[in-house]
Amino acid sequence: MFPKGTKRKFSDSGEEAGSNGDQGQAASTSVAAPRTLTSSYSLQRQSLLDMSLIKLQLCHMLVEPNLCRSVLIANTVRQIQEEMTQDGTWQIMTQALAAAQCPSDRLVATEVLCRQTDPATAAQAGQSPKPFSVVGLEEGYHSEEVVMEGEVETEVTMSTLSPVSQQMPSASYLAGPFGMGPCWEEEDEDGDGEDEDDDEEDSEECVSEGEEGDRDHLRADSRTGEQVFGTFEIKHPVPPADPALEELFSDVDPSYYDLDTVLTGMQSSPKMGPYDLLESLSSHGPTTLSSSSTCRSDLNELDHIMEIIVGS
Amino acid sequence: MEEESDSRKINNSFLRDHNYATEADIISTVEFNSSGELLATGDKGGRVVVFQREQESKSQPNRRGEYNVYSTFQSHEPEFDYLKSLEIEEKINKIKWLPQQNAAYFLLSTNDKTVKLWKISERDKRPEGYNLKDEDGRIRDPSTITSLRVPVLQPMDLMVEATARRVFSNAHTYHINSISVNSDLQTFISTDDLRVNLWNLEITDRSFNIVDIKPSNMEELTEVITSAEFHPRQCHTFAYSSSKGSIRLCDMRQAALCDRHCKYFEEPEDPSTRSFFSEIISSISDVKFSHNGRYLMTRDYLTVKVWDLQMENKPLETYQVHDYLRGKLCSLYENDCIFDKFECVWNGSDSVIMTGSYNNFFRMFDRNTKRDVTLEASRENSKPRAILKPRKVCVGGKRRKDEISVDSLDFSKKILHTTWHPHENIIAVAATNNLYIFQDKVN
Repeated sequence: MFPKGTKRKFSDSGEEAGSNGDQGQAASTSVAAPRTLTSSYSLQRQSLLDMSLIKLQLCHMLVEPNLCRSVLIANTVRQIQEEMTQDGTWQIMTQALAAAQCPSDRLVATEVLCRQTDPATAAQAGQSPKPFSVVGLEEGYHSEEVVMEGEVETEVTMSTLSPVSQQMPSASYLAGPFGMGPCWEEEDEDGDGEDEDDDEEDSEECVSEGEEGDRDHLRADSRTGEQVFGTFEIKHPVPPADPALEELFSDVDPSYYDLDTVLTGMQSSPKMGPYDLLESLSSHGPTTLSSSSTCRSDLNELDHIMEIIVGS
Repeated sequence: MEEESDSRKINNSFLRDHNYATEADIISTVEFNSSGELLATGDKGGRVVVFQREQESKSQPNRRGEYNVYSTFQSHEPEFDYLKSLEIEEKINKIKWLPQQNAAYFLLSTNDKTVKLWKISERDKRPEGYNLKDEDGRIRDPSTITSLRVPVLQPMDLMVEATARRVFSNAHTYHINSISVNSDLQTFISTDDLRVNLWNLEITDRSFNIVDIKPSNMEELTEVITSAEFHPRQCHTFAYSSSKGSIRLCDMRQAALCDRHCKYFEEPEDPSTRSFFSEIISSISDVKFSHNGRYLMTRDYLTVKVWDLQMENKPLETYQVHDYLRGKLCSLYENDCIFDKFECVWNGSDSVIMTGSYNNFFRMFDRNTKRDVTLEASRENSKPRAILKPRKVCVGGKRRKDEISVDSLDFSKKILHTTWHPHENIIAVAATNNLYIFQDKVN
């Protein structure tokens, strides 16, 4: 389940606020306080998040996707994201992305679905070296209530960027087009629901913000960065759609979303998302790309991926 | 319970001798009719095959009635939704029989969007001696007719014909997951992910929406309806299950729109087993009333639960179907198996419940003795008329000789659909494209 070679290190020591004694179950691989993230737990959680995002985006082109399945996966994503927000990992992740956007850093594919279990890392994580035979996340999980904050904006943006790995079916890898820019911080959101402005604002914010400790740590991360994670945002509430298009399709039930809507950034496709998960992203499309003038090489890769995906 | 295996492979594919599973042959539903005389199967290719139990013959008293093909027809065809540019699958999601009221048999079959009422009738006589037609059917020249005669009914080879009597369409935006015939025999409900619609069997151009959980903003959608069923005795009561593990019982007399349940069944989550997959595995894939109408059975990913209709806060009984999978949820999530929708069934006396699992295993639980058994539906491991051997999955450590380890389970061989004869101990189990019929051993 873990990418070859490197192991992401979260700054467990940096983040700890002291242990919350009531959750007694520490994962076997770490001595960190159970309340905050053990390395393997957070990695597992991250990979689960990636996996879920990819599942959401893999739509059958011909047949309508299963709504029940989509809802369950989306709920899982939401759950993970809420927990990550709780832990403060969310901020770190988004900041890491911002930091990692410096030209010197290369962002690499998240081979979520096709990760081969490297025997070394697998042994480290206490797993058997078989592909996909991840022992459940529950192992590292400590019984912690995920508190629902009423105000929490469940915003998740797609900010992974990568060349498509060989093993990935080309149509399935969605992260590419949207990788560049947005790194949302929940606390900074105005909640105005507008996407376009936010991209540019936040990308600057992300760079300028961040605690020193995290920054140092993140640099270390980026250096090792053979891997990157994807963050995916579900925007609540949905930004107001184009009124003209709304009219056109007012009698079309926006029950199902599909790849086209997301990839081409067009809302004019009659196929619409069940809860328009990616609708907000489609409007991100043009702006995100334009805001990242510094990452030329990545953009080229991006274009390449876009060609592949849209072309198919 | 010992079972005699009367397995037979019903292969609907064109080349009978070949043992490959064409996608269209995958059985997607099985259902006995209310007398047990007929067994219907629906498949992914939109076909319905009906088996009839042969009459028990006096010459072979030990050989009880076997099921033979009675009728085959194409119930649904693939369609294309031009507005959404999406295909509508012809796969038969559910079949429900109507109780027999005359010589013909009636069943409801549904795909994702359309419910159809089929009449299956026999014809064993045909009229001969028409005045205006030849025996071949050609019209006779009236000027050549010199005398009149009365057509006479002559016996012919038995022909079973299926005709679509009603088509109930255009009422569902989402995929229909279940249908249920009311005990009043006049109405039925069809259920999709977000709505339940009530139909009259005679009226196809109108249906009443009685449950609607669609949020005004689809972004807020977090729960869907997974199944619904009418109470077997009370024609005003039905239940529907959700993806969050709850069941709601509704009374149609209270209001036209049954958005407010009169009973709400949910077991509080056990915090010690909480994980990211908790919600997914709590999603109920099937809900069935007991025959006596006092209990409800629900199937979620790892368990079967029996609920007393009078007790809402927790189930009466919980049975572990394959708890050894609890540690594998991440892999099962990855390969999508965690979303498999298993069905569950009661036996005729509500004393035994049955449900399917992986590796072509299915499980039975005796509610009285609390004993359970795991059996396998496969040709390799059971000969016809042999007693089925109980199987066991070993969870770790030393594996005994006949046991199978969790890692060797074949997750592509899943038994999602099973049905139990209403009175006798005969079960039908669908294993991908094979149908197995097991009968209780006669001593």
